[in-house]
Amino acid sequence: MSNTKVKKITDYTSFFRKRFFTIIISSITPMILVSGIILYQFNISYHEKVHAHLAELVLKHKQNIDGFLMEKLADIRVLAKTFGFDELSDEAFLQDRLEILQKGYGPVFVDLGVINSKGVQVAYAGPFKLGKAVYSMAEWFETAMKNEYVISDVFLGLRGLPHFIVTVRNTWKGEPWIIRATIDFVAFNNLVGNIRVGETGFAFILNRKGALQTKPLFDIVPEKGPYLEFMNAELKEKDNVQIVERKDDSGSKDIYVADFLKDGDWLLVYQQKFSDAFSDFHKALKVAFAIIILGGLAITIVAYMLSTRMAYRLARMDKERQMMDEQIVETGKLASGGELAARRAHEINNPVAIMVEEAGWIEDLLEEEDFKEGKNLDEFQRSLNQIRNQGKRCKEITYKLLSFARKTDSTIQEVHLNDMLEELVAISAQRARYSNVTINTNFQGNLPFLEVSLSELQQVFLNLINNALDAMEKTGGILGISSRLEEDHVVVTVEDNGPGIPKANLGRIFDPFFTTKQVGKGTGLGLSICYGIIKKMGGEIEVRSTVDVGATFYVRIPLTKQKGKAQQEDIATA
Amino acid sequence: MSERDRAKTDRINLLLIDDEVGYVNVLSNRMAKRNIDVTKSHSGTEGIQALRKQDFDVAVLDLKMEDMNGIEVLKIFKKMDPDMPVIMLTGHGSEQAAKEGMKYGAFDYLTKPCELEELLEKVREAVRLRR
Repeated sequence: MSNTKVKKITDYTSFFRKRFFTIIISSITPMILVSGIILYQFNISYHEKVHAHLAELVLKHKQNIDGFLMEKLADIRVLAKTFGFDELSDEAFLQDRLEILQKGYGPVFVDLGVINSKGVQVAYAGPFKLGKAVYSMAEWFETAMKNEYVISDVFLGLRGLPHFIVTVRNTWKGEPWIIRATIDFVAFNNLVGNIRVGETGFAFILNRKGALQTKPLFDIVPEKGPYLEFMNAELKEKDNVQIVERKDDSGSKDIYVADFLKDGDWLLVYQQKFSDAFSDFHKALKVAFAIIILGGLAITIVAYMLSTRMAYRLARMDKERQMMDEQIVETGKLASGGELAARRAHEINNPVAIMVEEAGWIEDLLEEEDFKEGKNLDEFQRSLNQIRNQGKRCKEITYKLLSFARKTDSTIQEVHLNDMLEELVAISAQRARYSNVTINTNFQGNLPFLEVSLSELQQVFLNLINNALDAMEKTGGILGISSRLEEDHVVVTVEDNGPGIPKANLGRIFDPFFTTKQVGKGTGLGLSICYGIIKKMGGEIEVRSTVDVGATFYVRIPLTKQKGKAQQEDIATA
Repeated sequence: MSERDRAKTDRINLLLIDDEVGYVNVLSNRMAKRNIDVTKSHSGTEGIQALRKQDFDVAVLDLKMEDMNGIEVLKIFKKMDPDMPVIMLTGHGSEQAAKEGMKYGAFDYLTKPCELEELLEKVREAVRLRR
């Protein structure tokens, strides 16, 4: 017993564990899969979005910067086309032109210079005292002489300040000459420096040699990083914006976006910390993870609660069943014990018979004359009568005890059901009134008579009526008794609106010795006797009940009895 | 010819078979007072032996006995003396056995404990029908 109990408890634990993990796995797995796929897709599309955004940003600024450069170049080209070398080599005239340019475009143009084919600056207008500087050895002069127009890299030059220049070559009297304009480095620098995104996004320009053309917001080392790769990538695709994500020495990831400027001479690089560029994404990711973790937690809690409840219910059901089993076993024991007792009960009849007969014998003897004069004769006779009467009582008691198994007298006669029921109602009326129960009868007239034992049938319905009255004893209520003909059966219903019969008891209500009454109040034989009697008549008895609504007993008795039994009865009564 | 004498004086010669000694004794005493000569047998075997010795007007046979089933005794009785009516005594709840006995030619049955008058009535009826 204790072994099975221990086993059962572990069964619940393993049941709980299985339930728990099944729920968790079946809930969390799809959640993780779905969120994983969504996050992966989100990651890709967000990457693409960021890349596209940055590419567009760089492209826009490249166009902006290219536009700026071309515009300045165009200004100077117009100047060179409009005026000849002779006019422009006049410093006062040149000064006027510079002022006009500065008025028109702001202080973008720092100065203007006109240089002849020998590399000598013949005229200069601007803030620096460059005078007749000779540029024949300057790198930019060589380039400028070779090309119709040039936008130079940033260099220090004679003035010792970083700047870059725009040159336009022209010819005057067969000789080439150059007009040169210095672009304000600060203005240009701002053009690039203003490209700011987030906290770490900044832009700068490198030339082909990897020299910085603008001042970057943060220090960069052109030799490190992917800058040179961008330069070399030129050959592959010139127009496309290049994007690279790479870890730097400190291990933090950077995103690099680059595009060529100035026909491939310069490289516009935009650089941002990866974490900064994807900060929104990471925020979303954090929220998503928080949701997943909270969801997982919720699932775990729910799984735990559900499993606990299921295990608890299972345990309770098992316990109830076990209790029921025990009760059934007990009832069975009782039933068999009771049957044994009943079988033995008739043995008491022998000594009782002897006692009664002995009393009779004494009576016989008292008849004799010797005793007739005895003064206590009456008392003797009274006493002997008492012995005989008590003997009869013993007999009746054993009869009752035995009657649930085997019926005593079962003389078949014509029974008029409605008359019998009315008689029973009349008998029960007083008790019903006492219990505040109203009896409603609804008998179908002209019922054919039944060929059954009247006393048995009386016993059945008296039992049902008494049970119904017992059920409503405290509360009062309505007792409905009806009879009707259904094909070849007579159906009698006995209905009460008492507390009803719990489901667990419904199946056992006809079992012998099953009772819900207090010990000593009922034998638990009443309904089993009814069941036996009705079955013997070839009929059926059943009960339907709802707790707190009431109980209804249906008794179906066939109009014609089974032949075999009828014959037997005939022999018995012959 | 004592049997003839008894018949003339309307005395009934009865064989009582029951293993309850006390019951047999008191019943025979009471019956003797009512013109019935009772031969007492306390078992089936004794009853059969008694019937071998003499004839009886009627037999009262308890169906439940230690040594032999009353039905078996009845069958033997019916072979030995088919004309002798046999009244069976049965315990309550054993009517089935009594009904079986009816098939084998028993006159009637009574459930124990029964009223003496009831038994006597059956005995007299059986004897009257036989004569």
